[in-house]
Amino acid sequence: MARIDLNHIRHAYGPNPKSDKDYALKEVHHSWEDGGAYALLGPSGCGKTTLLNIISGLIHPSHGQLLFNGEDVTNLSTQERNIAQVFQFPVIYDTMTVYDNLAFPLRNRGVPEAEIDRKVRETLEMIDLASWAKKKARGLTADQKQKISLGRGLVRSDVNAILFDEPLTVIDPHMKWVLRSQLKQLHQRFGYTMVYVTHDQTEALTFAQKVVVMYDGEIVQIGTPEELFERPKHTFVGYFIGSPGMNVMPVKLAGGMAQIGSHQIQLPSPAMPVAAGKIELGIRPEYVRLGRLGIPVKIAKVEDIGRHKIVRTRLENQEIAVIVGEGQDIPAEPHVAFDPKGINIYADSWRVEGQ
Amino acid sequence: MEKTWNNKAWFMVLPVLLLVAFSAVIPLMTVVNYSVQDTFGNNQFFWAGTEWFEEILHSERFHAALGRNLVFSFIILAIEVPLGIVIALNMPRKGWGVPVCLVLMALPLLIPWNVVGTIWQVFGRVDIGLLGYTLAKLGINYNYVQNPMHAWFTVIIMDIWHWTSLVVLLCYAGLVSIPDAFYQAAKIDGASRWAVFRYIQLPKMNRVLLIAVLLRFMDSFMIYTEPFVVTGGGPGNSTTFLSIDLVKVAVGQFDLGPAAAMSIIYFLIILLLSWVFYTIMTNYDAER
Amino acid sequence: MLELRNVSKVVGGKPHLSDISLTLEHATLNVLLGPTLSGKTSLMRIMAGLDAPTSGSVWFDGKDVTGVPVQKRSVAMVYQQFINYPAFTVYENIASPMRVAGADSATIDREVRKAAELLKLTPFLDRTPLSLSGGQQQRTALARAIVKNAKLVLLDEPLANLDYKLREELRQELPKIFAESGTIFVYATTEPHEALLLGGNTATLSEGRITQFGPTIDVFRKPDDLITAQTFADPPLNTIALAKFGKVFQLEGGVALPVPAHLAEFADGTYTIGFQPHHVATVRTNPGEIGLKATVTATEITGSESYVHLSFADARWTMLAHGIHIYTPDEEIEIFIDPRNLMIFDASGNSVTRRQKLAA
Repeated sequence: MARIDLNHIRHAYGPNPKSDKDYALKEVHHSWEDGGAYALLGPSGCGKTTLLNIISGLIHPSHGQLLFNGEDVTNLSTQERNIAQVFQFPVIYDTMTVYDNLAFPLRNRGVPEAEIDRKVRETLEMIDLASWAKKKARGLTADQKQKISLGRGLVRSDVNAILFDEPLTVIDPHMKWVLRSQLKQLHQRFGYTMVYVTHDQTEALTFAQKVVVMYDGEIVQIGTPEELFERPKHTFVGYFIGSPGMNVMPVKLAGGMAQIGSHQIQLPSPAMPVAAGKIELGIRPEYVRLGRLGIPVKIAKVEDIGRHKIVRTRLENQEIAVIVGEGQDIPAEPHVAFDPKGINIYADSWRVEGQ
Repeated sequence: MEKTWNNKAWFMVLPVLLLVAFSAVIPLMTVVNYSVQDTFGNNQFFWAGTEWFEEILHSERFHAALGRNLVFSFIILAIEVPLGIVIALNMPRKGWGVPVCLVLMALPLLIPWNVVGTIWQVFGRVDIGLLGYTLAKLGINYNYVQNPMHAWFTVIIMDIWHWTSLVVLLCYAGLVSIPDAFYQAAKIDGASRWAVFRYIQLPKMNRVLLIAVLLRFMDSFMIYTEPFVVTGGGPGNSTTFLSIDLVKVAVGQFDLGPAAAMSIIYFLIILLLSWVFYTIMTNYDAER
Repeated sequence: MLELRNVSKVVGGKPHLSDISLTLEHATLNVLLGPTLSGKTSLMRIMAGLDAPTSGSVWFDGKDVTGVPVQKRSVAMVYQQFINYPAFTVYENIASPMRVAGADSATIDREVRKAAELLKLTPFLDRTPLSLSGGQQQRTALARAIVKNAKLVLLDEPLANLDYKLREELRQELPKIFAESGTIFVYATTEPHEALLLGGNTATLSEGRITQFGPTIDVFRKPDDLITAQTFADPPLNTIALAKFGKVFQLEGGVALPVPAHLAEFADGTYTIGFQPHHVATVRTNPGEIGLKATVTATEITGSESYVHLSFADARWTMLAHGIHIYTPDEEIEIFIDPRNLMIFDASGNSVTRRQKLAA
């Protein structure tokens, strides 16, 4: 397993990139810890797959260096980097048995057959496919095939990192849970360095210790799920993470208070640094209370999604989503109150630090 | 995909059925009719029963021609299929090279059979043909008009030149349908070039390969025009394939009865072999 | 009104659909919820007239339409793949069904612009589909289905190939779009979460059978049987087998519990209990709650909630708890469940709680 250093990496698909716009991936400069579980999260076209392909060696970056454990691997081929990868659609060798699929990478590397047998059996146990060893791989279900793809990586003791490219796309919801928790356990038990690309926030947040949120070729924030939820650095992170996303509304700041239309909201810290530009207040639906106190609102829609309700309220022209618990009632004259610890202030979409 | 219920479809295929009836079924029946009768012209026919069939099946001339056909089909399959795969594997997958290669590959397929024959007939001539002249200059005594080996060599090279493209195009279609992820995974697994071919490309090409083999087999088994134009079946009978022999019997000797019986046997052999291929292919599909 | 009467479909000797009876009213949104291969697509194909049932009949507004091909029905379909005419502009794509129907150009223009507005496509009307994002391509396909003004619109996992956030937005907009027409909408999905967000009615499918049909939230809260409850749960439903002896519940794994008061009247015997992951808590909020000791196998944190994977005897459970809860694997924790949230199923999988209500 390896620490991964991304040294000023940039990438453009076209030749002679001039402005920032020509880069599919703008400057990325980070260090990822050995044994860490990272998720690259963002909408399609944000550059997350480009970054993954740079790590796996399928793309040579236009600028910058990639280091594994301090060693420059930028010019090494995919084979030489010793990584494992699980793709969106299961890649298996149809004509082989499950056992032979797992043995394949070891046989290619000339590992002695006794050693292969030991490693393959061990891996089959790990991915819960021991009883399928003798079966032809093509008859298996999508989730089993995906486990074989993973197993071909796990079977090698020398892999630097395991990369995942939206691996659960073709898996049914119930199996997603099972696969995800198995993945989590494998990580907790064996400490692989894992990088997981997805557009699905639940997958990213539940899988990773650190989530890398990307937007328009840039990393907007790297943080623990908790940080991304509580303190989104950019309104995009607020919107992209959480279901529904963060409520963002234009406000005026004055004397420790935020003014929304004709209403005043108390800010958590009165000593808010004054920032120029477009000022917005962000608060997640989880931190908005619906009750008899606060600012009066109109209710536009109530979506009962079982474990809680999403109430869409209107405050003048501003829509504010509120999450209300399963057994909780919606008052006849609804008011919203903002929990101070959930309030974030943004200037030109970036969070004002030192709040 | 399943069909919806109604019988309208029959009206749609009726014109085709009529056409097939006139173009295939009626002539075929005529042939059957001839094959069981004897005639001396003048529209006088005598019942011959299975006599012609027995005669043909016991005729050494027929055995020899059938043998030549099988050897020919075997040789060209053994060369064209591997060669086609190798070429398809080496064709570019993207960029400007793709259309160029595809057009180059399609060119031989667009040339009419008799023209192909004529081209090679001239190409191989020792006096004016590029190939024949060059070989002669190199001191090789090449003469397809007199030497049976040279005649075979010419006919086989001609068929390979003409038809390998078909195998290439089919294999190429199979290859481009393999997602990139498979190649990437193979790289990551450290697979050799051979392993990629054996475990990814070949299994994915299996179906198109079966179609290619079937088409090339049927076609080569029915070969007529090219050897007819180049060698006329000679020297001697060395390149007289079943079809050429059939024409010799029917038109040259005007033995309608034996010719009819022969064409029916010929037809049945092709039908049988096609059925065998079809069964193999459908079994393969069922297994998937 | 679309009515399926005892519809079955057998393909190559294998039953794809078994004895399906279903009535869908006009101006309703109906979700078909079930895993891959549960028969959703087969059922939609029969509704559309792309396939004929092996037995049973299909009725539309009181007329038997079994075997009437799709061209003769008023049906629009949207698929998981984004299917548009690549050479046409978005405008022409949306207009195409009306052009086929021979509408005049003024009507076409009005309807196309209205649908484009509804689906936020107005700025892209002159572009071709392939120059658009996946979400916009699928909006184009949806707009085309809407202007067709069909009596039946079938959507087969239309959002499955879209990004998570786009899905969320379209899911929120779709019910609004549906509400404005008198059409019967049928929407197939594998995701329980999606069914809940869409609302309307839900039919749960399992192995070619409809296990329950009713208002979405009712099917979710009060499943008739274990299979329905399992189909309609995300994270998966927690279950465990138990035996009732008088006043004692004997759980699989050896733990015995006093029978909660409201369940005292059940006959002795073996049952399966099920409970939703969000009904498991780490703190006791009322004295009537059942407390159990379970072992943590993994913890997943989403920022606002934690999914804690547990093992209890041979059972694998999930707890969905508010806030951040970090446990080390193999740690033993105490969990609490309100007995009123338990679903109880008899040996054949039927809900006992529901039967009790029906009798009362």
